[in-house]
Amino acid sequence: MTAAPAFELPEELAIDTDAARRISAEFIRAQLDQAGFDKVLLGLSGGIDSALVAYLAAEAIGPEHVLAILMPYRTSSPSSRGDAEEVVRRLGCPSELVDISAIVDAYFEDGREGATPLRRGNFMARVRMMVLYDHSVTWGGLVIGTGNKTEALIGYSTLWGDSASAFNPVGDLYKSQIRQLSVAMGVPEAIIDKAPSADLWPGQTDEEEVGFTYAEVDRILFRLVDRRLSLDEVVADGFERELVDRVDRMIAGSEFKRQVPPIAKIGPRTAGIDYLYPRRRPRSARD
Amino acid sequence: MAPIRVALAQIAPRLGALDDNLERHHALIGEACALEANLAVFPELGLTGYLLQDLNAEVAMRRDDPRLLGLARAAEGMSVIVSFVEESSDHKLFISAALLEAGAVRHVHRKVFLPTYGLFDERRFFAPGSTIRAVSSERLDLRLGISICEDSWHLATPQLLALDGAQVLINVSSSPGRDVAAINELGLGTAESWRSLNRTYAQLTTSYVIFVNRVGVDESITFWGGSEVVAPDGDSVFRAPTHDEGLYVTHIDPARLRRERIASPLLRDERPEVVMRQLDQIIGERLERNARSARRPS
Repeated sequence: MTAAPAFELPEELAIDTDAARRISAEFIRAQLDQAGFDKVLLGLSGGIDSALVAYLAAEAIGPEHVLAILMPYRTSSPSSRGDAEEVVRRLGCPSELVDISAIVDAYFEDGREGATPLRRGNFMARVRMMVLYDHSVTWGGLVIGTGNKTEALIGYSTLWGDSASAFNPVGDLYKSQIRQLSVAMGVPEAIIDKAPSADLWPGQTDEEEVGFTYAEVDRILFRLVDRRLSLDEVVADGFERELVDRVDRMIAGSEFKRQVPPIAKIGPRTAGIDYLYPRRRPRSARD
Repeated sequence: MAPIRVALAQIAPRLGALDDNLERHHALIGEACALEANLAVFPELGLTGYLLQDLNAEVAMRRDDPRLLGLARAAEGMSVIVSFVEESSDHKLFISAALLEAGAVRHVHRKVFLPTYGLFDERRFFAPGSTIRAVSSERLDLRLGISICEDSWHLATPQLLALDGAQVLINVSSSPGRDVAAINELGLGTAESWRSLNRTYAQLTTSYVIFVNRVGVDESITFWGGSEVVAPDGDSVFRAPTHDEGLYVTHIDPARLRRERIASPLLRDERPEVVMRQLDQIIGERLERNARSARRPS
């Protein structure tokens, strides 16, 4: 038995970590096989989501096939970088450091100094995406996604930024479940225990910024989404009306982030509407 | 009544790659022959993969397709059940399972219940079958009731097959693993449900249940395997591991079937004529109700 975790794991959210680990490994191997690749790369921030994905990928295909890219900005927390380096050291996977300060500053120095932290944070997330996709060519691997279910449902992610990937093994796991699985996989404790942060500015934490704890929002999301309860039923279950309503608005308001952009239906057969194929069609079916 | 050796082909088909999958079937039929199996069972859409969408027409075969006959001939002294996309003479596409025996396609079951909810979208791409009948295997000297995945989620399927004389209920599946809640057996909600269905049907029909589920991944979906054989008294005879591809050989024993049917004569006591009468009434009343509500001014 492992020691009691430092985070709160709501009972109804507890998963069978062996089953999740196995499905995730099968999924990673199959995605690569289907696309004709055998390597992945990811942005390693020092946070728990990317650390867990690095561990899952290393277990599925071997650490030598996982490239970790550390992409700090000049105000990024040095301890995050230390945590990322610790993951690289423990897994023994190749890594690369790309400081994005010059790219970001060059853009915002050009008469855009008034940019809000939100704009800057989104821009950084998209610069990291560009760096990853450029490296996917030189490394010859696919970008593996690290976004979790909680942030996807409430829209706490940057469209075409941290949400961009070839495939995502953890996108159906709530933050509480990410933590549970991270404990099972042996992710460094310092990473599991620290307050989650998008590192948008020094000292920022997700929970302070959005005003609720992950355990709380996970329990509400689980009821609304997975159990299909109504808002009234969730409130009757002991949650504050104001918070439940707010979470519901966040889900509805971020639907666009979870879908591919709609295409105007004009021709006889349209991708995503009535032209529906698996991602990679086998040669035998194309010939 | 000698025991019958059954090979469960828990494979991971390649999506849309008919030729690759045919090759794999030939190889495993060869292995099953070498292991002296009497019956080999492959999973739902083992020849094509599951999440085909618009590839369905590209991998479809007629039931007299030479490639199916090739598998039947390769089976030599064995009975084999394979599953494929079937195209009818009027170009409907079905999810089908064929019993291959003595170098021929002996029987084809077309999936009757096509799930089109949740993560499933089968009715969009396939036509539903409309017969649920058992088939006699001369080679095995047994009557088999073949069904496909969702067919087992409708009570009428095992009941009809058993009433039609099936002694072995065979369900071939592509069941996606999901709901990894810690409280579930095997860590999967799906697995827990299938285990209880298989056991219940075995006991209620006093039949052997053979469940063959695929493994591997199509797009987002991971199939969990866990193929199993349940005896007519509900005891588990064999359980394949989850997610591991393999050819698993076990056996079923006609003597055990006979013992159980004598000890628990549930089938003897079935009253299909009562069921029929009640169904007629229920359907008649339902039609009347629908007609009345259609006439009501809105």
